[in-house]
Amino acid sequence: MAGLRVVKSRDEFEGEIFESLAIIQGSDLPPHAAGVEFEEIGKSRKRVDGVQRVTGRATYTQDVTLPGMLHARVLRSPYPRARVRAIDTKKAEALPGVRAVLHRFNSPKAAFRGEETIFRDEVRFIGDEVAAVAADDAETAVRALALIEVEYELLPHVTDLEEAISDEAPKLEDGGNVFDAGSLKRGEARQAFKDADAVVEGTYRTSTQLHNSLESHGAVAQWDGQILTVWESTQHVFGVREGLRAALLIPLSQIRVICDYMGGGFGSKGGAGKYSIIAALFAKQLGRPVRCVLTRHEENLAAGNRSATLQKIKIAAKDGRITAIDHTSWSNAGQGRWVANPTGPTNTLYDFANLTTKSYRVVTNAGSLSAFRAPGYVEGTFALEQAIDELAERIGVDPFTLRRRHAASQRDPRTTKAYSLKRLLECYTIGAREIGWSDRRAGGTRGSAPHRRRGIGMGTQIWGGGGGPPAYATVHFNSDGTVILRAGTQDIGTGTRTVLAQICSEELGVELDRISVRIGDTEGPYGPISAGSLTLASVGPAVRLAARDAREQFLGAAAGVLEVPRTELRMERGHIVSKGARTPIAEVSKKLENNTVIGKGSRWPNPESLSIKTFGAHFAQVEVDTLTGEIFVEKVVAVHDIGRIVNPMTAASQVQGGVIQALGFALSEERVVDRSLGRVMNADLEWYKVPTVLDVPEIVVRFTDRPDRRANNLGAKGLGEPPIIPTAAAVANAVANAIGVRLRHAPMTPPRVLEALAVVP
Amino acid sequence: MPPVRGPNAVDIALTVNGHAATAHLPSQRSLLELLRGELGLTGTKLVCNAGNCGACTVLVDDRPVYSCITLAVACEGKRVETIEGISKDGELHPVQEAFIDHDAYQCGFCTPGQVMSIVALLRSKAKPTEDEMRRAVTGNLCRCGAYVNIVKAGMSAARRGTK
Repeated sequence: MAGLRVVKSRDEFEGEIFESLAIIQGSDLPPHAAGVEFEEIGKSRKRVDGVQRVTGRATYTQDVTLPGMLHARVLRSPYPRARVRAIDTKKAEALPGVRAVLHRFNSPKAAFRGEETIFRDEVRFIGDEVAAVAADDAETAVRALALIEVEYELLPHVTDLEEAISDEAPKLEDGGNVFDAGSLKRGEARQAFKDADAVVEGTYRTSTQLHNSLESHGAVAQWDGQILTVWESTQHVFGVREGLRAALLIPLSQIRVICDYMGGGFGSKGGAGKYSIIAALFAKQLGRPVRCVLTRHEENLAAGNRSATLQKIKIAAKDGRITAIDHTSWSNAGQGRWVANPTGPTNTLYDFANLTTKSYRVVTNAGSLSAFRAPGYVEGTFALEQAIDELAERIGVDPFTLRRRHAASQRDPRTTKAYSLKRLLECYTIGAREIGWSDRRAGGTRGSAPHRRRGIGMGTQIWGGGGGPPAYATVHFNSDGTVILRAGTQDIGTGTRTVLAQICSEELGVELDRISVRIGDTEGPYGPISAGSLTLASVGPAVRLAARDAREQFLGAAAGVLEVPRTELRMERGHIVSKGARTPIAEVSKKLENNTVIGKGSRWPNPESLSIKTFGAHFAQVEVDTLTGEIFVEKVVAVHDIGRIVNPMTAASQVQGGVIQALGFALSEERVVDRSLGRVMNADLEWYKVPTVLDVPEIVVRFTDRPDRRANNLGAKGLGEPPIIPTAAAVANAVANAIGVRLRHAPMTPPRVLEALAVVP
Repeated sequence: MPPVRGPNAVDIALTVNGHAATAHLPSQRSLLELLRGELGLTGTKLVCNAGNCGACTVLVDDRPVYSCITLAVACEGKRVETIEGISKDGELHPVQEAFIDHDAYQCGFCTPGQVMSIVALLRSKAKPTEDEMRRAVTGNLCRCGAYVNIVKAGMSAARRGTK
C-alpha cells in the first residue's frame, strides 16, 4: 500500500520504557489550535452507557448465560507447598450431573505464563489450581470437588517476605528466593553521603493489598466446532485471545473474546487466567458452553495482589539541597515471575545528582502478584516522600520548599530527555493554597479534643501515561446518518466509551447521541490493554484520525450527492453545511443508500526526543486520636497535571476513586497470612477492609488542564493511576506532622499508631 | 459457597417487580440465586455471597435486604423489587436519573445495590439529611470509590422527589 512506513516508538508502561514498532500511513493530525472552541472536548458529559449501568441491563461476564451452559469449579490446594502424588476422581465422576474432571494427570498440555500446564506438579500456594470439575450446575460442581481425593506430599514453605529473604528459609527455586529485578546508578552516591550535612535513614514496609474488584475474575467459553468465543471480565480482550491461543494452540482467527461491561480490574485482569483456559478446555471437550467464575474467596487467593514491600531509604542533604538517595526494595511476588518497581519514583521524580537504587523480587508460597493500579509507585512513593519530609525536618527546611527545589527541572533525570510538558510546580502552588499550607505548623496543631492532634502533609506523583501505538479505530456511517465507532479497547469503569464518543463527535461534527461506541471485542480493530493509564492517550488520537478520515470521505460523497464542490462543504452539528444551505447528514446518507463510508485511524508514534510523564501532588489534613490510634483523614487536595481533560466530570470521578482506594492502602487494607499454615486469614470482604462511604474525606480535585501538544494529537495523557500514587505519602506526612512520630508501615492502623507513639522517648 | 442441596424442594409464591412469581426450589436457595437463576434477573449482582458488600441489595416489602443471605423461602407471599423493577414504562426512576447526572458510578457493578438502598431510604424518608443518605449506603461497598457522587446523586434525587 502506498505511503506505508514502519517506525520505532518508545512507550512507557508502568514505569518501564519499551521500544515498539508503529506502522503508519499518511500523516498525523496536528494538535488542536490554541483557543479553538470545542463542542465536546473539555465538556462534562454524562456517560453514554449510563442507562445500561443504572438499570442492571449492562451485561457483565457474570451475567452471560447460554443454552446448555455447564458450570466449572476449581479444586485448589489446601497446602502452601506440596507435591501432587495422585488424584482419584472416581467418586466425583460418579456424581450425577458431573460431566468431566480435569487435573494434571489427564489434562492436555496448556501453556500458561512459561509453564507447560495449568495444573502444577508442585502446588505452591494455598489456592493453587489442582483440578477442575464441569457439571450441570454450580452446586453439583462444588459437591464434586469435595469428592476428589488428592494425595499430597507436603513440602516446607515460606509465605512471609522477610522470612523468605533470611538464610533459614526453605529455598523455593534453584536460584533461591531472592532475584535481582533491576538497579540504577547515577553520580557517586557513596561520596555524596560522606560529604553530606545531614543523612536520614529509614526502613519502610507496605502490606499486601488485594484488588477485590467487585466482579470476580471469570470467563464463559463456547466452542462451535470452529470458533471459540469467550466472554471474559478483562482489561484486554486481545491479551486474553493471545493467552488462549498459546494455551490451546488454536489460530487467532478462530478465537473471539468479548468484554462488554466489566466490574473493575485495577490491573489484575490483564490477560487470560487459568479459569479462562479451564472454561475453554471443557467447552472444547464437552461441546457445551462452560462458565468458570471465581468466588470471592478464590478471588482473594489466586487472582493477584499488590506485593508487600520492605524498603530501605537513605537520603542526604548538603547546603539545603538533596544530594544523594540510596533506595533498596524487596517485593513479595508470591509465585509471580515479575515484580513492580518501588524505586521507580526515586529514579525519576526529583532532580538531584547521586543515586543508587536496587529492586529485588522475592518468591514465596503465596498467590502471584499482579499489577495493582500504579504498581510499585504507590509503595515506593510512600517511602520516598516520607524520607524527603524527614530530611527536610532534619535540615530545618519546609518540606514544600525542599521539594520545589528539586521539582522544577524540565528534563527527565533518568533519560535526560526534555519533558513534553511538566507543570508540577503549578500543582504544588494550587495544592498548597487549597490545603492552607501556610497555616501548617511544625509539630502540628491541637485537634478537636486535647488528645487529638491535627497535621498537614503532602506527597508528589510521577507516572507515565503517554500511551503509544498500536491502537486503531474505525468510524462507520450508516444509511440513516448514525455512526458506529469501533475500537479494540474496553471500558473498565473509567468512562472510555464516553470520552471516545466525545472525541469522535468533535472531529466528525456529528452529535454525541448519534454515535454508538463498540468496544471490548476482538472482532474490532486492535487496541491496547486498559492499564498503565494509557487508554485515552493511545486510543483517543486514533479515534480522532478515524473520525477525520470518515469526515473527509463523507464530505467527498456529499459533494457528489448535493452537486456542490467539495471545497465548499463542511460538517457541523449533524449537518452538511455549504454556502447558505444546511442539509442534515441523514438526508445525504440516505441518498448514498448502503454505499458505506468507513474511516480508519491509527495511533502515531511518540516523539523520539521527549519524555512524556504525568505529574501531580496530594495534600492531606488529618486528625489523629492519640488514645485510640485512629487516623481521621479530614481533607485531601488532589492536583494533577495530565494534559488536556476531555471530560471534567468523569476525570474528577477517577481522581476521587484513586484517592479513596489509596486511603484503603494507607489506613486499612492488609492481607493477613498465617505464617505457619500459609493461609490467608481475611480472604473475604468481612475482614479485609476496603473503604466504605464513611471513610471518605472532603476531596478537592484540581487539574492544570493544559494540553500536552507535543505528546499526541489530542494533547491528553492518562489519569487512571496518578491519583492513587501520592495519597498515602501525604497522609503519612500529615500524621508525622500531627503527632511527631513517623508511621513507616502501611496500612497505618490504630495498633501501629499506638506502637509508634509508645516508642517515643 | 453455594449451599448443599437439601432433600426437599418446596414451592413458593411471591411478587417480583409487581408480577406474581412461583418457584420450586430447595429451601436452602437464597433469594439472590432465585432472582439471578430461575427468574433471570441478572441486574442484581453477586459479589461476596456473605452479606458483606451490599451488591445484591433488593427490596422486600420496601426494606433493603442483602439477597445473598436472605432465603428465598423467607420471601413467601412478600413483595420483592429489584433494579429491573424500579423504572416504569421505560422511564428511569429519579434515583437512576440522578446517578447518571452525577456520575455516581465507575464500573457500575455496585450500582444496582446502591440505587436500591437509596430507593429504600427515600421511601421511608423523603427528605433525608446528608448523613442519613451516607448511612443508607454504608452497607454498599464501591471498590472504584464513587462514594462522593453516590451521596450527591442520592441527595439530588431526594430534592427532585421520587414518585
